[in-house]
Amino acid sequence: MTEYLLILVSTVFVNNIVMVKILGLCPFMGVSKKLEAAVGMGAATTFVLTLGSGASYLIQHYLLGPDLAYLTTLSFIVVIAGIVQFTEMVVQKTSPALYQVLGIYLPLITTNCAVLGIPLLNVQAKHDFMESLLFGFGGALGFTLVMVLFAGIRERLEGADVPGIFKGSAIAMVTAGLMSLAFMGFSGLVK
Amino acid sequence: MIAALLVMIGIAVFLGAVLGFSAIKFKVQGNPLVDKIDAVLPQTQCGQCGYPGCKPYAEAIAKGEAEINKCPPGGEEGIRKLADLLGKEFIPFGEGAAPKAKSVAFIDENICIGCTLCIQACPVDAIAGAAKQMHTIIASECTGCELCIAPCPVDCISMLPIGEDITNWKWRYPVFPIRATI
Repeated sequence: MTEYLLILVSTVFVNNIVMVKILGLCPFMGVSKKLEAAVGMGAATTFVLTLGSGASYLIQHYLLGPDLAYLTTLSFIVVIAGIVQFTEMVVQKTSPALYQVLGIYLPLITTNCAVLGIPLLNVQAKHDFMESLLFGFGGALGFTLVMVLFAGIRERLEGADVPGIFKGSAIAMVTAGLMSLAFMGFSGLVK
Repeated sequence: MIAALLVMIGIAVFLGAVLGFSAIKFKVQGNPLVDKIDAVLPQTQCGQCGYPGCKPYAEAIAKGEAEINKCPPGGEEGIRKLADLLGKEFIPFGEGAAPKAKSVAFIDENICIGCTLCIQACPVDAIAGAAKQMHTIIASECTGCELCIAPCPVDCISMLPIGEDITNWKWRYPVFPIRATI
């Protein structure tokens, strides 16, 4: 049990997928202008990532095995694309407003490298099924946490008196760098 | 090799089945009437109807919030088509909404101060120019929606009616005056 808790804490804070592993920066910069959109994106990515890491564990373990290991990346991409399509349909049905807000970034979850990165890291770390699921879920939680924090900061930056040359993306990049530095402070939290 | 192929085909078929099933299960019931009305509207997105574009106007018509005679670019022909589609009576254009002679906007380049306000207003990107540079209307792209006239601070935009010449003349739609014979 503690092991599972450790995985969660480690993926959310210590090895945060965005701030420490620097994966999934496209939605991180793209959908973080509004808090609601960031929360929605986080929720959609959490769904895709958890399902994706579970499904890719099953494929890797039962379908591919060591003989067909060279198909890992290919089959993961296919499965993730399928799951993203499925998520898109569900979101469109259940929450048309969120569908409008997420716009192009929803299908772009397919090419979110965090979503492919975590299943591949799972394979590398030889996680079992439960660990893979938790690793995916934790990674997505970390992603959501960072998205929400960053969106909050950016919403406040809108009202701040930023020097002319730093306006817009520049100050967002600086903020992201500072956040990444802050997350470095978590290293050593879990041995 | 065969195993690899089979595995990939298997994954593809399985995902295809799941997606196909969920496409039916999670089908979004768009309002088909809105799409039909939208198809009749001329898609100039000019906003002369008072709505931000053709689709919002179509939605308003479908809800019964808007009359069908508010689309000058569609002309009377457009109103007739909408009336047919919705089973309503033909109503003529209201005061001031009647289509004017087809015209294009023209910028008086001596007065233009290059403020770019008209460029931002143009729904079809028919105005070329940059900040503090003179602007010019690309006549072949201009839909004559007049949206650029209001924002211009120096009133240098005027509407020039397009005369008919050999390059833009076309056959008139045939009109059968049925009512007139009664």
